[in-house]
Amino acid sequence: MTTFLGMPAGGGNLTGEPFPKAAREALGNAQLRRNLAKATGTIRAKRANVVGELPDWAQLRAAGAAIKDEVLANLDEHLVRFEEALTSRGTHVHWARDAGEANRIVADLVRATGTREVIKVKSMATVEIGLNEALAGIGVHAVETDLAELIVQLGKDKSSHILVPAIHRNRSEIRDVFRREMPGVDPDLTDDPRALAEAARRHLRHKFMTVDVAISGANFGVAETGSLVVVESEGNGRMCLTLPRTLISVVGIEKLVPRWQDLEVFLQLLPRSSTGERMNPYTSVWTGPTEGQTSHVVLVDNGRTATLADPDGRAALRCIRCSACLNSCPVYERTGGHAYGSTYPGPIGAVLSPQLTGVDRNPTLPFASSLCGVCYDVCPVAIDIPAMLVHLRGRVASAKGTTPESTAMRALAWAMADARRWRRLVRLGRFGRLASRHVPLPGWSTARDLPQPPKETFRDWWESSR
Amino acid sequence: MVRVALFVTCLVDGLFPDVGKATVRLLERLGHEVVVPPAQTCCGQMHINTGYPGQALPVIRNHVEAFEGADVIVAPSGSCAGSVRHQHADVARAHGDAKLAEAAADTAKRTYELSEFLVDVLGVTDVGAYFPHRVTYHPTCHSLRVLKVADRPLRLLRAVEGIDLVELPAAETCCGFGGTFALKNSDTSTAMLGDKMSAVLSTKAGVLTAGDSSCLMHIGGGLSRLRSGVRPLHLAQILEHTR
Amino acid sequence: MSARDEVLARVRRAKGPREVAPVPREYRAAGTRGPGDLELFAERLRDYRARVRVVAVDEVADAVAAALRDRGARHVVTASGVPPEWTATWAAAGTVPPSAPPSAPPSAEQAGSGEPVELSDPVSRIESRVPLGGDAREALREIVAAADAVVTACHVAVAETGTIVLDHDAADQGPRALTLVPDYHLVVVRAEQVVAGVPDAVAALDGVRTQTWISGPSATSDIELERVEGVHGPRTLEVVIVR
Repeated sequence: MTTFLGMPAGGGNLTGEPFPKAAREALGNAQLRRNLAKATGTIRAKRANVVGELPDWAQLRAAGAAIKDEVLANLDEHLVRFEEALTSRGTHVHWARDAGEANRIVADLVRATGTREVIKVKSMATVEIGLNEALAGIGVHAVETDLAELIVQLGKDKSSHILVPAIHRNRSEIRDVFRREMPGVDPDLTDDPRALAEAARRHLRHKFMTVDVAISGANFGVAETGSLVVVESEGNGRMCLTLPRTLISVVGIEKLVPRWQDLEVFLQLLPRSSTGERMNPYTSVWTGPTEGQTSHVVLVDNGRTATLADPDGRAALRCIRCSACLNSCPVYERTGGHAYGSTYPGPIGAVLSPQLTGVDRNPTLPFASSLCGVCYDVCPVAIDIPAMLVHLRGRVASAKGTTPESTAMRALAWAMADARRWRRLVRLGRFGRLASRHVPLPGWSTARDLPQPPKETFRDWWESSR
Repeated sequence: MVRVALFVTCLVDGLFPDVGKATVRLLERLGHEVVVPPAQTCCGQMHINTGYPGQALPVIRNHVEAFEGADVIVAPSGSCAGSVRHQHADVARAHGDAKLAEAAADTAKRTYELSEFLVDVLGVTDVGAYFPHRVTYHPTCHSLRVLKVADRPLRLLRAVEGIDLVELPAAETCCGFGGTFALKNSDTSTAMLGDKMSAVLSTKAGVLTAGDSSCLMHIGGGLSRLRSGVRPLHLAQILEHTR
Repeated sequence: MSARDEVLARVRRAKGPREVAPVPREYRAAGTRGPGDLELFAERLRDYRARVRVVAVDEVADAVAAALRDRGARHVVTASGVPPEWTATWAAAGTVPPSAPPSAPPSAEQAGSGEPVELSDPVSRIESRVPLGGDAREALREIVAAADAVVTACHVAVAETGTIVLDHDAADQGPRALTLVPDYHLVVVRAEQVVAGVPDAVAALDGVRTQTWISGPSATSDIELERVEGVHGPRTLEVVIVR
């Protein structure tokens, strides 16, 4: 496994087909392209508006990055403080080295309640570790309550976006899924988003009032106070966090912020970057079991320490899962999220997934970018994703060792390191100019003509004319 | 008068010499001296961005040495100037060569992309050009987001006599070139190119311009395949043009 | 080694130097922007399509009664610490007029008989400080499920974002389920509770208290990123601002 310092890699839903292959399939789906272009275009404009409203966005962004770096630099201490704060208020804290261990912990807790059904708040960490599948293995049905997650679950589909897992589906596709899969749904259900949301409300209302075990993630954990924070829109989060007797929260170890005060930064950065709203409809904050609940927190590593070990890659752990980079990425907009093969798609996924799994299990993702840089511009915690992609490409190349590509690159670099050698090579290229027009360059010549090499190089012209 | 050391870039030298010639003529017309340090080759960006930063090290060293002593280095490329300014020193440092890192940082400080040099150093936006054609401008990603040249190229173009400058829809979206990205992920690159070409064609411009020959090679290669008749021209080639 | 010890050991092995630069807090900090602008607050709430009434102190009871009448509410719950005078006017009327609310969205739980309804005990009060273990949770669920409106105070509100924060450990704001299950939530906000920005609100709150930050009614953008109000939380949020 190619992780830094031999740190154990993460498992779960973090790998898929090679990106170029998966992308080719996705690009062939015209409906998908239209759905994505429309959705990401809408959200980009909304985000730009509400970010532009804040005169201190740059300062908030700098603070957000610094707070997360502070957490990462002393993560062990913050985790211990967080654990103490939670335990002192009666929450049971569990630790998981990897996806399998996290699933076993949650499965045991669920089994102990005797329930056959749990309700879930949208949580990327639980998708990452494959919790629903693990629960199914012990005969427990996990009901997704976020509308988009519900669409994905009912459609036996996979999430393609961090914030809006069903972004690849349009309204009529969603109506078809509901008509087919939602028990007791109106057979004349229309594709009006209002009607679809109402159908989901009715479908889930009974679950909220009767299921007694809920599973959530957390957007933030405050080390100082033990507060957990869930940021959401629909109210399904509030339902799950409030009504069931048992609440199990699965939290990646990087989700911490040191102080309560730090939320003043993130509660501005996250909603504006994420849904393009000044504030999301609901943010729940709780500290320990409230109102008679039993509460558990499962802290998950699953490759996060492997990510932390790389000084040039660890900033990926600053990510607050806003998805602004996905919405802005020209590659994501065209391929969609499934092409990335991981729970975390888009630019952040291209830097996070290979670090969580080790680059050998995700060798194509660092190359799934034109390095246009828009992801860095919109990132609310200033993760320099392009620089990190370049760094990870280096790790991939090192891990592969000698390949035809590396040999060719080495030869080229040898020539480029010396002007005389380089000029000889460029001239040689010119002699081949007639031939080169007829030699297709794989990947290039399918859609583009090659430029015709000139009669003389610039340097030849310069020397002959001066 | 400024003595300008032209960093012509490997792509312009080997494939687009007219861009280099236009840059020389433009700068000389504005009354400045142009020199072409003979030891220059390439910035090594392709190696760095494809995962071979260690191999790029001697290329970076060569670049730094080639431009030693130059007061002002100008490149007709946002991408290559961006690599010099934002990658060279870091790569050297990451490979334990502190001395080279320091020298590269010094080279970086003296390096400008053409539009930056014209607007910021020379303080001109009207370079006395005449170009009576319908033109649309594609801001290349690295000039826009790495160098942050902002509207400098547009200010230069707006001052060109006779030009019919039309706005490119979704101008700031990447064209899909991305160096070896165009080869390794050619399907995605082609999809991005398709959207960029649609935008270019929607402007009914006869000329597409940009500050990077690499992106122009990509978009121009696509436009050529479509037999669209749209000519790709580097910014320098328009600014060089006079009555 | 336990999972805990192993994860912590990994973290210690993986992380960089402990020293970090202090967090630059150059953004608009708490206490630097004066009191919250009530007009902005109202405007931001309306942007979320929350309903807003701005009234004087002695008009609160009338405003609450009018709001509940317009809503057609029959069974109202409040947090135990809500001043009884807020709901006094409505409760004293003893009946709900049959008039349909002009702009209320249709609601499954809403009364629609068309006849005035006699209410013997129209307002249920929910104690917030009792531990809601066992049967108390069941009782709470039943009461709130039967209610069609809930009235609470709030702890702090943010003008810039149109946000209302409930502190569920406070008697006038009630346990979380109280404000979640009924389809209509009426909040009374006093002028002095409205702060300018998010940092002011965070400073006014104690992180160990259970909170819900509310910005408009329940909403989703999960279908083509088009905003739809009203999914699982209250579909209608109404705010009485006491100036």
